[in-house]
Amino acid sequence: MTVAFDPAEKFQAYAHPERLVSTAWLEAHLGTPGLVVVESDEDVLLYETGHIPGAVKVDWHTELNDPVVRDYVDGAGFARLMSAKGIARDTTVVIYGDRSNWWASYALWVFTLFGHADVRLLDGGRDRWVAEGRPLTTEAPAPIAVDYPVVERDDHGVRAFKEDVLAHFGKPLIDVRSLEEYTGERTHMPSYPQEGALRGGHIPTAASVPWSRAANDDGTFRSADELSAIYRDEAGIDDADDVVTYCRIGERSSHTWFVLAHLLGVPRVRNYDGSWTEWGSAVRVPIAVGAEPGAAPGR
Amino acid sequence: MTDLPAPLAEIRDDFLSFGERDRLQLLLEFSNELPALPERYREHPELLERVEECQSPVYLFVEVSPEGRVDVHATAPAEAPTTRGFASILVQGLSGLNAAAVLAVPDDFPLQLGLTAAVSPLRLNGMSGMLWRIKRQVGEKSAA
Repeated sequence: MTVAFDPAEKFQAYAHPERLVSTAWLEAHLGTPGLVVVESDEDVLLYETGHIPGAVKVDWHTELNDPVVRDYVDGAGFARLMSAKGIARDTTVVIYGDRSNWWASYALWVFTLFGHADVRLLDGGRDRWVAEGRPLTTEAPAPIAVDYPVVERDDHGVRAFKEDVLAHFGKPLIDVRSLEEYTGERTHMPSYPQEGALRGGHIPTAASVPWSRAANDDGTFRSADELSAIYRDEAGIDDADDVVTYCRIGERSSHTWFVLAHLLGVPRVRNYDGSWTEWGSAVRVPIAVGAEPGAAPGR
Repeated sequence: MTDLPAPLAEIRDDFLSFGERDRLQLLLEFSNELPALPERYREHPELLERVEECQSPVYLFVEVSPEGRVDVHATAPAEAPTTRGFASILVQGLSGLNAAAVLAVPDDFPLQLGLTAAVSPLRLNGMSGMLWRIKRQVGEKSAA
């Protein structure tokens, strides 16, 4: 059972308009059978301070990540999680979150690894919902557990590993971090260790397109034309390309992954979730510093 | 492990007496209890130090009285409740101590609250950044 799509005009110009809903649409559809709203934030307490009525929380750190290995939960773990949140395999899931939907995009990407078919983002995320004065509650929902099949995670389609990136030189790579992180300046914060990476810089040949360029000030996505100008005209991404995005731990690059895959319709886009915390600490991988992308290393 | 000053030890023991979910609830209570900035700092934002280690805009200011009593003030936005909670723990746990006691607080205090599984390392780094900056200000202001 799929809930009807949001017919908002803005979305129709995107490659996959069915992947977005507006705040107005969501408020009008709260409580619709077959729809589950999920909040996924960076701040682990934000949901508890007030959330969209009926929304369940999915925490990236404690629920989507494996507690031991740096990886995601497996098929059985994901099925348990979905079941507990009241999500069935054919449920329409709308995800929203703080920070312009960074973690919401990340959660949507993880849902994609398990092939959950109908998963959408709330355009503008939590901030827009709050700014528009739409309802919030601290009342915890009590989802009724449902059956969710154990589906093995498929890491081939939208996920890239370090080895994939090493074999990717010559094809587009997008670094979505801030310019300071890209150039490598941000390794020596005064008297404070850099978080999680031993070297600064970027993966050679990567184009710098900070994630925030895809978002308006209110957290909504830029229009299809604006996105096309940024990623096709400026960054030179071709519709036939095989693109890899990365950031620091994979959340901001999920945002850009969503833009490329669902809003622009680039057919093959993978998110390198190991991102800079892996690459910047790995032994003998090539690194470029400064504002230039740098040359592909010889094989 | 250095002994913690009594107020911090009490806070740590409170956290550790709970299971993981309730620890987050306690952190939320701390977040709600972060005292408002005194009037004199609200009008003088230049006196406040930004905690760069936090992704959210967190500012703090430390006072050391001539007798060596420390008072910590902090502000963090409502939409960053975790960060507010950490700031509140430090404001409530350090204010009223003497400078030497604050300087002796172990740098790994944030890791002693039993939150490492529930809160991402980046967040806990933010709290370490706050503690480090408070100690630095106390050092500077008590040396003068």
